[in-house]
Amino acid sequence: MLQRLFPHPLLSLLLFVTWMLLVNTFKIGSLVMAGILATVIPLLTAAYWTNRPKVRNIPAFAAYVLLVLWDIIIANIQVAKIILFYRSDQIKSAWIPVPIDLKTPEAITLLAGTITMTPGTVTADMSSCGRVLLIHSLHAPDPDAIRDDIKSRYEARLKRIFE
Amino acid sequence: MLLIAEYLIAALLVIGGIFAVIGSFGLLKLRDTMQRLHAPTKATTVGVGSALIASMAYFWLFQGVISWHELLITLFLLLTAPITANFLAKAQMHLAIAEKDLPPSGVGTQWATYDEELRTVAPTLEDQPKS
Repeated sequence: MLQRLFPHPLLSLLLFVTWMLLVNTFKIGSLVMAGILATVIPLLTAAYWTNRPKVRNIPAFAAYVLLVLWDIIIANIQVAKIILFYRSDQIKSAWIPVPIDLKTPEAITLLAGTITMTPGTVTADMSSCGRVLLIHSLHAPDPDAIRDDIKSRYEARLKRIFE
Repeated sequence: MLLIAEYLIAALLVIGGIFAVIGSFGLLKLRDTMQRLHAPTKATTVGVGSALIASMAYFWLFQGVISWHELLITLFLLLTAPITANFLAKAQMHLAIAEKDLPPSGVGTQWATYDEELRTVAPTLEDQPKS
């Protein structure tokens, strides 16, 4: 019964919290509205979530979010340093192919987003088979080190969370 | 106490402003479009972030209300920034970057942007692999 009413508990929770944050003040009326939205939207969209992966390890996911937030701050300082103190001809940009072991599309999307937000790298493309990400790095004196860093720092953690 | 908070909020605003300026300066200084893409996707996240923290702290300490909208703005920013960057990168690849300038994928298949088959086929729900 509960499973039928809330086919996607995490989405329900997310919708509930998002609505309460949008309203910005605590009222009983908005609590009811948040409840309605959190029930109706997952029911209506359940057909589109057929193969969604389960987040197996919620503490690990929370730790991952904190790690990425910290890395975003570091990334900002590094990119700011490169922009301010490097001459144009000192900046060595490179394209780096990064082979990935993740299988679920959601985990790969999360990895691609993380790469874009963190140290000097942007995810640009993917191979047609979905096994390799193409990354552009702003300053890469050692492309192999960047590839290994992404694999050990982010991909290994995502693998533990989703697979 | 409030004086310290005031200095902290001011410092956050100044730091945010500096990062926003550096991000914009990067757009001017860097040489090609792919390099310029790095400036707005990164150097400005901390810029916007610290302005939002300053805003939350101000409303909490000086107005006595907790404002949650800043958290939502942060969430939406983190969700949309990578997608915008990816769209810009893909557009640039279509317009100005030839496939031969890129490293090979290493697994024998092309990069998806240049794959003629993927360009013509729109994915549907039925194409998803069944688990």
